[in-house]
Amino acid sequence: MTRILVGPFNRVEGDLEISLDLEQGRVRSAYVNSPLFRGFEQILVGRAPLDALAIVPRICGICSVAQSAAAASALADAMGIAPTANGILSRHLITATENLADHLTHFYLFFMPDFARPAYAGYGWHGAVARRFAAIKGDAAAEVLPARAGFFRLMGFLAGRWPHSLAIQPGGSTRAIGAGERIRLLALLREFRSFLEKRLFGDSLANFGRLASKEELLAWAAGRPADFPAFLQAAVDLGLDRVGRAGDSFLSAGAYGLFPAGVWQDGTISDLDPIAIDEDSSSAWLAAGRARHPAQGETVVDADKPGAYTWCKAPRYGGQTCEVGALARQLVAAHPLALDLVRRDGASVMARVLARMLELARVLPAMATWVQALQPGEPFCAHGEMPDEGSGTGLVEAARGSLGHWLSIKRGQIDRYQIIAPTTWNFSPRDANGQPGPLEQALIGLPAVPDALPTIQHVVRSFDPCMVCTVH
Amino acid sequence: MKVLWLQSGGCGGCTQSMLCAEPRPLFEELADAGIEFFWHPALSLASGDEALAMLEDCAEGRLAFDALCIEGAMLRGPNGSGRFHLMAGSGRPLTEWVKRLARHARWVFAIGSCTAYGGFSANTPGNPLEACGLQYDEETPGGLLGANFRSAAGLPVINIAGCPTHPGWVVDTLEKAALEGLAPTDLDEVGRPLLYAGGLVHHGCARNEFYEFKASAEKQSDLGCLMENLGCKGTQAHADCNLRPWNGSGSCLRGGFACIACTEPGFESPGHAFQQTPKLAGIPIGLPTDMPKAWFVALAALSKSATPKRVRNNAVADHPVVLPVIRKKTGGK
Repeated sequence: MTRILVGPFNRVEGDLEISLDLEQGRVRSAYVNSPLFRGFEQILVGRAPLDALAIVPRICGICSVAQSAAAASALADAMGIAPTANGILSRHLITATENLADHLTHFYLFFMPDFARPAYAGYGWHGAVARRFAAIKGDAAAEVLPARAGFFRLMGFLAGRWPHSLAIQPGGSTRAIGAGERIRLLALLREFRSFLEKRLFGDSLANFGRLASKEELLAWAAGRPADFPAFLQAAVDLGLDRVGRAGDSFLSAGAYGLFPAGVWQDGTISDLDPIAIDEDSSSAWLAAGRARHPAQGETVVDADKPGAYTWCKAPRYGGQTCEVGALARQLVAAHPLALDLVRRDGASVMARVLARMLELARVLPAMATWVQALQPGEPFCAHGEMPDEGSGTGLVEAARGSLGHWLSIKRGQIDRYQIIAPTTWNFSPRDANGQPGPLEQALIGLPAVPDALPTIQHVVRSFDPCMVCTVH
Repeated sequence: MKVLWLQSGGCGGCTQSMLCAEPRPLFEELADAGIEFFWHPALSLASGDEALAMLEDCAEGRLAFDALCIEGAMLRGPNGSGRFHLMAGSGRPLTEWVKRLARHARWVFAIGSCTAYGGFSANTPGNPLEACGLQYDEETPGGLLGANFRSAAGLPVINIAGCPTHPGWVVDTLEKAALEGLAPTDLDEVGRPLLYAGGLVHHGCARNEFYEFKASAEKQSDLGCLMENLGCKGTQAHADCNLRPWNGSGSCLRGGFACIACTEPGFESPGHAFQQTPKLAGIPIGLPTDMPKAWFVALAALSKSATPKRVRNNAVADHPVVLPVIRKKTGGK
């Protein structure tokens, strides 16, 4: 058996290193290392509670407003207030803008360039895919960057700027939208829809969103001159519809009032019980005791701990690993196409990418209805008192999956702050029972000899990892 | 100009922001100015051994590049080991890579306030991460490379500070370097390019009428000036955020929330709650830096007494409740 070290893994957000034990050219076991520690949970202790709104967005430059939304929810919980109706719509719009933009960035800039690699030169689709998706130089970039920047203009109206906005508050938003601005927001949504329909799908969002089975999907994609169909063709050719399965347990905190919260296991959806979440530090360079619920969690560095191999903790649900992300959301929401793909082959590279596309198609039209529902003149922000003592929980869905903040306040200051980010779930290390995390499971059996196809690259990036959130 | 980009103790948000560059797509904008990403962790194809070999060649001076852009604080801990960030695949501290690469760079750019001054990573009580900026530890010169560091072009580290940086700040500074070069006179006293840090966030603020009359917002989402009560530091922060819009039409102030002076060294620990203005005897402590306090107090008292009803009422609402009067033409033709 030989051990190899793979890294730096670029085109993920942040730094990532993976150790692979190989047997006969295939992965026998994998160890995922999040090599950067920043200690945000300690930065927050001792600060004024509302300072969390300025601090937590800086955990992540790509899930920035998701972090804001989680903190605002936790603070609202502690204050015993709820956002106004306009405030809720604004928050949906701001988080959906980030989440959909992240799906787009992932597909075009992080994920697809691997298919332009010379290793695929012999495949029929390679020439066209390389011209379109080559890193930086492919001609898709010249179209997707303006589409992305144009879509982010929504943030100029709704959140002042992106990333790192203070607009999301416990009671809603600091930025009331006027009647004329609603018209401009709708125009921006139409502009982005036009890009998605022409370039990404080659069809209307509605037609794509109606596909209900793998057969329908592949028949729809055949010969269709657009970017996602091009991926599907390559994915099926390479067998990526059957590669990358992890534990096939999925968790979602629910999003936008559109996708419900829940846990999906073996085709059964059960309610999400946040009390069943705990974090284990056995394999992290952190002082470890028994696994703890995040409301009692601690993050204490132990850089010389024997047997540890990452800065990432291991979140578990009822002691089990869970995969989070767009696929989890769409399974818990019982979308027929997501269900069909996972029932056949389990979670795969293709299913994870497909689920992000489903969200682009399903959430963008919902955004237009939220804009139309805004009531200019009605309040965008509710107000309340921050208690001197209290606690709160905020569970939201970032692009990459469930994000939880647990905070407690003592003598008017933050006393404890614990965060579980989506990639903390997906890229978690082994726990006290030796149970590997989802990516560590998904890599087992993949080819890893020097001239092997870059399948590992696809599987890792199919999770759209955000390493800066992972360890925070 | 070949740009080598590395990330460390930061959030990656400056890259995400840069990708929002408008009006031209970022890659075309830079390519036409002769700027290429030699390697960028979020954008380039090469990974693993291939990327490491390239970085090693650059660090040994065997492979030429022009600009070193670093995004994120330098994490020297624990105990000086740099183990809070070992670059993946290399087993070596990122701080060591930066030191080796900086020796061969014509320009070294700190992208974002973390990289320039340490930022939030340097803010944990006691700084257990031993985090710092490339050439500053908050306001104090030094940092990872030391106060005397000069790149091959003879310049200190160029601090494109901001949390995050505006895409235009990065693009314009790189293009200035590529097309005309940069001189010490292009930078302010904490190393920031004057092309964006030569004025104040206050300049061009859409809430200026409220500021003039000291008609202040009292709670989040109010339209009034955010300086008196809600922590705004736009009159002290160096940047052009209200002249150079964010994401098409935005800025922090236009988004309805306070400027927290994210381009300034040490902004992350202001000594008070971010969204609250500290006051002494009812008067904000953080007044404009170049105005005698007595003048400000006198002017504020005068302007408050002269505030029109429209401005006074709108300041504490989230939408205009009184519209400007339309002047009727009087007299005949």
